[in-house]
Amino acid sequence: MYCPKKDIKIGLIILFPLLAILFLFVYGFIAWSLRVSFTDWNGIIPNMDWVGFENYRYLFQSQRFQTDLRNTFYFTLFFIIICIVGGFFLSYLLYAKLKAESLFRTIYLFPLSLSFVVTGVLWRWIFNPEIGLNALLQMIGFKAEFGWFTSTYSIGGFNVALSSLIIAASWQYMGYTMAMFLAGLRSIPDQLIESAKIDGAGEWRIIRSIILPIIKPITFSAMIVLGHVSLKIFDLAYAMTGKGPAFVTDFPGLFMFETTFRGNHYSEGAAISVIMLLLIAVVIVPYLVSTFRSEDV
Amino acid sequence: MKSKTLVPKYIFAVLFVFIFLFPLYVLINNSIKPFADVRISEMWLPAENPSSEGFKEAFSKLGQNLKNSFLLVIPVSLMSIVFGSIIGFIFSKLRFRFSNVLFALIIFGMFIPYQSILIPLVRTLNKIGLYGKLSGLIVTHIIYGLPISTLMFRNYYAKIPDELLEAGMIDGMSLWGAFLKIIIPISMPTMVVVLIWQFTSVWNDFLFAVVITQKPSIQPITVALQNLAGSQVIEWNVQMAGALIAAIPTLIVYIFLGKFFIQGLLSGSVKG
Repeated sequence: MYCPKKDIKIGLIILFPLLAILFLFVYGFIAWSLRVSFTDWNGIIPNMDWVGFENYRYLFQSQRFQTDLRNTFYFTLFFIIICIVGGFFLSYLLYAKLKAESLFRTIYLFPLSLSFVVTGVLWRWIFNPEIGLNALLQMIGFKAEFGWFTSTYSIGGFNVALSSLIIAASWQYMGYTMAMFLAGLRSIPDQLIESAKIDGAGEWRIIRSIILPIIKPITFSAMIVLGHVSLKIFDLAYAMTGKGPAFVTDFPGLFMFETTFRGNHYSEGAAISVIMLLLIAVVIVPYLVSTFRSEDV
Repeated sequence: MKSKTLVPKYIFAVLFVFIFLFPLYVLINNSIKPFADVRISEMWLPAENPSSEGFKEAFSKLGQNLKNSFLLVIPVSLMSIVFGSIIGFIFSKLRFRFSNVLFALIIFGMFIPYQSILIPLVRTLNKIGLYGKLSGLIVTHIIYGLPISTLMFRNYYAKIPDELLEAGMIDGMSLWGAFLKIIIPISMPTMVVVLIWQFTSVWNDFLFAVVITQKPSIQPITVALQNLAGSQVIEWNVQMAGALIAAIPTLIVYIFLGKFFIQGLLSGSVKG
């Protein structure tokens, strides 16, 4: 739009300090963390002696970090699948214009308003091997002795203990994908569905040929958002399970926090955080680039 | 015929209601049990003698932290509105060199894992005397909340026709006069969305809070709850009551202003 030069100038003068602070706190600090990750800072007093990639080499050789990366992979995979499939299913139920739709929607979404700490405290009791779900199953006659998040059992690198965290996180986030899908479904013109019905298309056919293609980009956005939630996961694991026996429920975020702020291994913590940032950048940067490129047109 | 096909959908919908609500049942049911009734395997049985013991105990331990959380989220939410609307307006209506790149750089800031800025953040807050203080946490949340608040306002302002501003400017207002007199008064819906979004996410934050506030007397409720729940000697009725106390403010916001909450949620995926 047209705008006098003077007004643009005022805008930039207001903008400059705000952006300077933000960019300092984001990019300046990231650069600073990167620098720390190449040092030998292992105590309260900063030590900026350059050691190259020593911290990274140490991390990738350490049992704990290898387990963390595996846990992150499996957690992300199952968390995304459950939230997308479950969320789509829920949105499809509500798309049928059920009575009391808004009540259903409110109930499916409410966990999202909670803190991961609340979720963690709550689900830790639910999965408690002595008094949680096991006790409930025993009450109705099953012989349930699952270890849940204390289990050290592992299938092909997937630590079974993670399932407790995956269930709790999915309980919290499934409503989110439901809301996204429902918004997408509601944007489909009614006539399109109606005319397909007149042409004799059944429910499955409509889902496959009309609904799925339309919600594909939403699925992609949902995967990005869920993926970055799970790559950053910290609070939930911290509150619900901690790192667990043999790190079965450990994640890079937890490792970083403990080694930095409990163990004073700053350079190691910085290296973990840089790796976390890179993992997320791989997902987010292409997404942002494609979004802003298409907006320019 | 139509209602017949809907029956299975109702059955599934109700089934999921149970799945989503049973943890809430566990939470409420056990928070109202008295100490005497908190015994192994009784977690699932309904409370026989409802009592406020758990809540009294939890409140005596968390009351101050509840207050801290309010002292934290209120200024952060308000400042997020102020800064978010200004920056969002600039990026929606002014074209200048690199504005798109700058905006993408701002938005990237909301996706970063905060671990990657924590060490410098702690050093910096320490240096300016804000480490270990609630004010340090407030400043931190305002700064890292800028990307999302900016995004929400920009998406809203982008939909406001330029003519509205230009009409004001023809009447002799400057762009910034028009911003204050024309744009701000119609920004209410987005202000509410940002307010609720920041209220909820700052209330629920744990990472910044646990790193920046060490003294129990200034910790927000999430950190205090975690400390309470991490202690083995605290009975679970108190833990559940504590969790419920920590959850109630955001739950109330969600139940009464859910529409705005969902709007904020959906704008979190960059495209408004």
